[in-house]
Amino acid sequence: MELLAAGFIEDNIVPKFNYWIYVILMMIGLYAMITKNNLIKKLIGMAVFQTAIILFYVSIGVKEESGIPILGHGQHHEIVEEGKPSGEVITKDEFANPLPHVLMLTAIVVGVSTLGLALAISQRIHGSFGTLEEDEILDQLRPGGHD
Amino acid sequence: MIWQFDIIILILMVVAAIISLRVKDLLGATMVFGIYSFLICLLWAEMGAVDVAFTEAAVGAGVSTVIMTATVFSTTRRSRD
Repeated sequence: MELLAAGFIEDNIVPKFNYWIYVILMMIGLYAMITKNNLIKKLIGMAVFQTAIILFYVSIGVKEESGIPILGHGQHHEIVEEGKPSGEVITKDEFANPLPHVLMLTAIVVGVSTLGLALAISQRIHGSFGTLEEDEILDQLRPGGHD
Repeated sequence: MIWQFDIIILILMVVAAIISLRVKDLLGATMVFGIYSFLICLLWAEMGAVDVAFTEAAVGAGVSTVIMTATVFSTTRRSRD
């Protein structure tokens, strides 16, 4: 039984640790968005959720023993002719896959603009209701509630 | 990719996320969220995504912390949860 548990940890937890943490962070963000009463706390939960998704996508592009996706000094890409390789050959295993990085660059900028818009709306809500707590805002919106 | 750094930074990130959602002071929550953003920036530099790392450091950790601090100062600092 102990051997089985150790094998499970060695096979599933350690090599896929990024994915476990991304699920945990995503659930933390979802929990905060659903249950927190304060609007700023809800927005922090939303930002945690976004970074969890970005963490998932960046984790896809990582390879073992890979460096940053930039050619070193003196390295250059050459087209290898059939049968006669010329110069040094660059293998793709040396570099992390840059495609998810570029996609997630857009997602970060979109996430910050979403956060900025939501904070601006929160300021307007505080201006007209005088509070940032969700239940107090709903009390004031209800007919018969104090204005 | 250095797996020791990976595991340490990921655990610290979960701790920072939980603390920033449990602190009752909104300014404190904002600052801990800034720590969270810088930790994830460190994680991306470690995972080989340097372009994402400096975008996160400038835009995610910098600008969003500043606008969230501005919102907290122009509204209220107290939170009930």
